[in-house]
Amino acid sequence: MWEYTEKVKEHFFSPRNVGQLEDANAVGEVGSLACGDALKLFLKIDPQTDRIIDARFQTFGCGSAIASSSALTEMVKGKTVDEALKITNQDIADYLGGLPSEKMHCSVMGRDAFRAAVACYRGEPAPEEQLEGELVCECFGVTDEQIRSVARENNLTSVEQVTNYTKAGGGCGQCHEKIKEIIAQVRGELRKEKKAPAAAARPMTNIQKIAKIQEVIEKEIRPMLQQDGGDVDLIDVDGNRVLVALRGACVSCPSAGVTLSDAVGAKLKELVHPDLHVEEVSG
Amino acid sequence: MTVTYLDNNATTAVDPRVLEAMRPFFCERYGNPSSMHSFGGTVARDVARARENLAQSLGASAKEIVFTSGGTEADSTAILSALATAPDRREIVTTRVEHPAVLNLCKRLARDRGYVVRWLSVDRQGKLDMDEVRSRITDNTAIVSVMWANNETGVIFPVEEISEIAHEHGAIMHTDAVQAVGKVPMNLEASQIDFLSLSGHKLHGPKGIGALYVRRGTRFSPFVVGGHQESDRRGGTENVPGIVGLGEAARLCSEGFADHVATMRRLRDRLEQGLMATVPLAHLNGHPEARLPNTLSIGFEYVEGEAILMRMDVKGICASSGSACTSGSLEPSHVLRAMGVPFNSVHGSIRFSLSRYTTEDEISYVLEEVPPIIRGLREMSPFGREYLSAVCTVQ
Ligand SMILES: Cc1ncc(COP(=O)(O)O)c(C=O)c1O
Repeated sequence: MWEYTEKVKEHFFSPRNVGQLEDANAVGEVGSLACGDALKLFLKIDPQTDRIIDARFQTFGCGSAIASSSALTEMVKGKTVDEALKITNQDIADYLGGLPSEKMHCSVMGRDAFRAAVACYRGEPAPEEQLEGELVCECFGVTDEQIRSVARENNLTSVEQVTNYTKAGGGCGQCHEKIKEIIAQVRGELRKEKKAPAAAARPMTNIQKIAKIQEVIEKEIRPMLQQDGGDVDLIDVDGNRVLVALRGACVSCPSAGVTLSDAVGAKLKELVHPDLHVEEVSG
Repeated sequence: MTVTYLDNNATTAVDPRVLEAMRPFFCERYGNPSSMHSFGGTVARDVARARENLAQSLGASAKEIVFTSGGTEADSTAILSALATAPDRREIVTTRVEHPAVLNLCKRLARDRGYVVRWLSVDRQGKLDMDEVRSRITDNTAIVSVMWANNETGVIFPVEEISEIAHEHGAIMHTDAVQAVGKVPMNLEASQIDFLSLSGHKLHGPKGIGALYVRRGTRFSPFVVGGHQESDRRGGTENVPGIVGLGEAARLCSEGFADHVATMRRLRDRLEQGLMATVPLAHLNGHPEARLPNTLSIGFEYVEGEAILMRMDVKGICASSGSACTSGSLEPSHVLRAMGVPFNSVHGSIRFSLSRYTTEDEISYVLEEVPPIIRGLREMSPFGREYLSAVCTVQ
């Protein structure tokens, strides 16, 4: 017995947008009878604005496959194609309040069907042809490129997860070694990329940094402290040291140290830069 | 909501009379049957009576019954005993459609201990090819393990005939009769079967109790090693309430045997005919005749089993599916695949299994509720629509 959320049940028992769309100008199909689930997605897209006017689906599959399809149609309607392309399989699962991990492949199917439909609309080859790659899982017909794409997008770390998300490896199990290799490659790539954007975030000029800190203090922190009769002033910024002076109720407040690190420090780290730290000075 | 329980091959309701028989053995007569005092010692008499009742229902003698923790332990005991007592024989003959209790043990024996497993195939109706059976059993066979009746389809195997072949080669014959006991007449005295496994919770007894029948004179090596219980054949203080419950459940099964079987068969046939008549593209899985009287496995094309079960569940109808999505693995039922059931009906296979408690009204209710569920899901499906709509308009 699967533990489905109320939202999954609701979309399974009363699915939205079921059926064909006569005047669809984009159709995407994924899955097969043999695999046990399949989704055919119909979209009507305004060619002028690229906005998705209507979406319908036909699904053969289990409860979460039908719920994911229903959720997908609700999520893409009203969005432009580019906006909707940003929807990840995790977004579909989140929309449904989560899916059992073994059922994540249902959300991936939703994402894939949408990409296939967009390819059809744009006159591009179907994504699975673009991602042709090398067949890894013969039982479920999954290629290395498909595994790579899903593993990357969902930050997958184990064969079991890859099976849950793509079905690859869920049959005879002969491809498990190959899947492990792909995971290792993807993890390596992700690690490298992670280092890069952190470096990219640094080249904020000092002026920009101070302006940003000032803004966050004005808009986020002062209103919060003022509610309790306190206040804060920015005195100086020295590299990553942010020097502030507390005023009013904050000065005599026994938990002043906590207030500082909790409220001011956390907000600045979150909204400006993770390396900042706050020090109190008497000003 | 009332529950319409048609999943009796998974487990059954405990008969209230069974519960009554068990009740004194928890708080009042909790003594250990091996004790020297009469408080415990008298309990041994109840265990003996239960053993007698179970033996009688099988046409066996009490000495031939070894109580176990269930069907799975009985299966392990039988197979491992046969291997231990015939160390020179290196092959196991079994079928591709066994319950995991046998299937996974055999796979493990092949992997870890180098046994050669001869997997017998089945045809489209789930039946064995007797020529293949004959060719697979050799003088190197330690044990032939063939289930009496299959839990998913109810298909019955000719275990007596296979026993003869096994014995011609000096091999031990085991049958997993967990699904057959209480539904198929048995007289083990007149049979050649050496080991037979059964389980309490499939015959309106409690869970966690079962038994292995060990034919008198059969070489035996215990699986659970410990004290002298069960005549040194299974260590561990007896599960007294369970044993008493199983004895009573077996007695009640044989007491009303003919009536129970007739009722189950009549209602099962009504369900089968009703569904076949109202739902297009539905196929029976398994042989129509050589089958348990309570089991009906149907493949509904172009729908997926879990979706069917979920929609039946909100109507209070309990059944099982052979679909991949219900199993937690991604592969659909190994039984239906071994039979070569096509994919378009394997994923939509539903097993209904009745009991002696099933009523006419329950069958009527299922016949009312299930066809619209299948129709509704098919209307959502992208497959076979042209054909389906052609068929559906007739209704
Ligand atoms: C054919 C068969 N063998 C063995 C078993 C296992 O029995 P138990 O649950 O008592 O271990 C079952 C039931 O699940 C069964 O159907």
